[in-house]
Amino acid sequence: MKRYVATRMVTMFGVLMITLLITISLVGSNMDTILKQGVVFQVRSEITEDPTISESFSSVEEFEGFIQSQTDQRIKVLGLDEPWYSPQRIGLTMYKILFLDFGHATFLISDSGSSDVKDIIFEKLPRTILLFTTATIIISIIGIFLGALSSSKVGSIIDRITSSFAIISSSFPVWWIGMLMIFLFSFTYQIFPARATPDIPSSDPGYIGALLYHMTLPLITIVMIGFGSWAYLVRNFMVGIMQEDFIMAKKTIGIKQNKIIYTHALKNAAPPIVTILALSLSGSLGGAIITEAVFDWPGMGRLYFEAITVMDLPVIIGATYILTVFFLVSIFIADLLYGYFDPRVRTGQ
Amino acid sequence: MSSLSPQEIKQEFLKSKIGITGIAILAILVATSIIAIVAIPVETFQEWNNPSSWILYPKVAIPIWVNLFMTEKIPEHKILETPNIQTYSQGEVSLTSYQFGLNFDYDDFPNDFIYEFTSEYTGSPLLQMTVIRPDGIKLELLSTSLPFSNSKTIHSERIFSTDEVIKKNLSLQSELFAFTFNRSSAEDIVFSKIQTNEPLKGNYIFLIDLYSVSSESQISESKLIIGGKAFGVMGTDELRRDLAIGLLWGTPLALFIGLVVAIASVIMGLIYGVYAGFKGKKTDETMMRFNDVIYALPALPFLIILSVTISNSIFLMVGFLMIFGWVGIAKVARSMSLQIKTRGYVDAAKMMGQKDSKIIFKHILPQLLPYAFASIAISVPAAITTEAGLSFLGLGDPSFPTWGQILHDANTFGAAARGLWWWIMPPGVMIAITGLAFVFIGSALDAIVNPKLKR
Repeated sequence: MKRYVATRMVTMFGVLMITLLITISLVGSNMDTILKQGVVFQVRSEITEDPTISESFSSVEEFEGFIQSQTDQRIKVLGLDEPWYSPQRIGLTMYKILFLDFGHATFLISDSGSSDVKDIIFEKLPRTILLFTTATIIISIIGIFLGALSSSKVGSIIDRITSSFAIISSSFPVWWIGMLMIFLFSFTYQIFPARATPDIPSSDPGYIGALLYHMTLPLITIVMIGFGSWAYLVRNFMVGIMQEDFIMAKKTIGIKQNKIIYTHALKNAAPPIVTILALSLSGSLGGAIITEAVFDWPGMGRLYFEAITVMDLPVIIGATYILTVFFLVSIFIADLLYGYFDPRVRTGQ
Repeated sequence: MSSLSPQEIKQEFLKSKIGITGIAILAILVATSIIAIVAIPVETFQEWNNPSSWILYPKVAIPIWVNLFMTEKIPEHKILETPNIQTYSQGEVSLTSYQFGLNFDYDDFPNDFIYEFTSEYTGSPLLQMTVIRPDGIKLELLSTSLPFSNSKTIHSERIFSTDEVIKKNLSLQSELFAFTFNRSSAEDIVFSKIQTNEPLKGNYIFLIDLYSVSSESQISESKLIIGGKAFGVMGTDELRRDLAIGLLWGTPLALFIGLVVAIASVIMGLIYGVYAGFKGKKTDETMMRFNDVIYALPALPFLIILSVTISNSIFLMVGFLMIFGWVGIAKVARSMSLQIKTRGYVDAAKMMGQKDSKIIFKHILPQLLPYAFASIAISVPAAITTEAGLSFLGLGDPSFPTWGQILHDANTFGAAARGLWWWIMPPGVMIAITGLAFVFIGSALDAIVNPKLKR
């Protein structure tokens, strides 16, 4: 077991590093230009703030030369004179990112006014967790019960409705349903607000209530689209298990159908269900970009979208890193749980 | 693992209602694509993002068929292009008269009317615009002379109903009407009943008379546009684009994206997984670790970064989608090939000294074909929705109007808030229907391949 955990952890860390490397190499050259522009801007603003510097030069050339040398000096100090793909710089960047030092955002700021990428991300993350984790939990609870119910009555009306609903709902994009829901419930019937961002400051005591109220419409949408496929998945696992010999044996002994389903069968279907739960919990963090953009929910997804539209690279790198970490941790947990439930996995077979 | 022969699969498939429905929808979609490609010239759809090519169309017009369900008919947008031409001449002066007939049968005033013409002339001919209404009243709208030219010249102009001159001319004839004009616009007067300011139904004739001294003057091209609030089968959007064209052209694009991505990633995944499973040991271990790496990459964020930094061309996008598509299939294919590997005939083939590649392609892959078809069908909707999602975020290829892009525009122009349902509903329904077709086919195949689920 220890060996198993250790190899998984090493693999996960390797994956994390590779993800980081890919991200950096995709945005590296853009990042460089932006950083250099930042330095030039900094030098120029310092000079304009202090008129004595510009007065001490006799000619324009001399002045420009001074700016140039200042800029070059700083670029050298920051290590920007080497290309972004030089090993030292990539190493340094990755080391910094590994310990959550993402630097400062170029354009975006957090609600509290900080431009530190870490602050921005940790301000948005709880909101995404609030909305999507709640949704995922509701979805999985409905899904497991509906799935178990329809697997107990294969071919019944409930089973058919569940299966067809699962098939139909899985082919609708969530964000499109979101647009329709906004169209219906925010404008045609004005029940819920169209923008999911509460318009009162976060320090207000009524903020939590407002947030929950604004959360309702996206929550309903996500649950509506999500639970069908969950139910279908659980149903298929259960149907498979119900055909196993030990269940048949229990049936012949005369144990009640319901008891078999909810205790024996569900327990045996647990490993894949738990795995999928762990994966979809983390998947809900990253896959929410478009949904958050539609509902204007102030979470990670929208942050990501905003960062991409203005090309705020530190934020993009930071958010990708955080999302990857969450994803990997949940894969890891899912693996461990699977190993715990199903001892065959542990032995490495 | 079941080893069904193709005939058996076909028979089973034809028995499943869902599968047949899926095939039927797919056939309709393919037919739509063919119609789109044949009937709508590629040029039209390449002009999708060129505002000047849509100038004659109305803004956010509702689909025409809505009128069937309305008691109050919404005025249709009409583009009249073939006038009746009559020529008279009296001595030196010649008169060419262009008549546009219009049957106006709606319960609301049109938005505006525009007369667009190109004329060839010398000198300075006089252009007169009048309208004969169903009640026989003749209204003078405009009389203007075209800019003077010594030699033969070509002149293009648009006359708008919002022109001050037309308003002035109408107010000169205000004694014909029983109500005061106040701030009513030209079209509200021209199409109004005499007693009250309500639309008058019937046949209108718009007359454009060109008086000139030399007989060479003529209007070579002319269009009268009666700006309505309903247009086309699917309506138009804020940028005056005919949504029917976008929706039609979206079909082949979506099918292209979905099928290419699905087929390519399933083939890649199958070969990768089978090879890893068949080789086993170190090769298997390394290949599966690589698979883990790709599996752990957050797909959507990476797709976004790729499309922003590298290119948003639709063909590259297809490639990016493939990168993330094959991983899951490779995992399943590997475990299946691990099972098949242990079968006698594979051992026998090995013993006979057959090449690895031959064993894989002749003995293992054919066994996985039913699974492959099922997963192709199941991966198509995912590819289509992902592409639509990227386009919706504004990261799609701007030169191709995909359904996602139409929805992106709808979102940008606040279609939901303005109640423009014909802009939001159809693209999403099309995405869903296309997805459904493949999900139906996929689940029918799935039920055949995994008979356990059926029972």
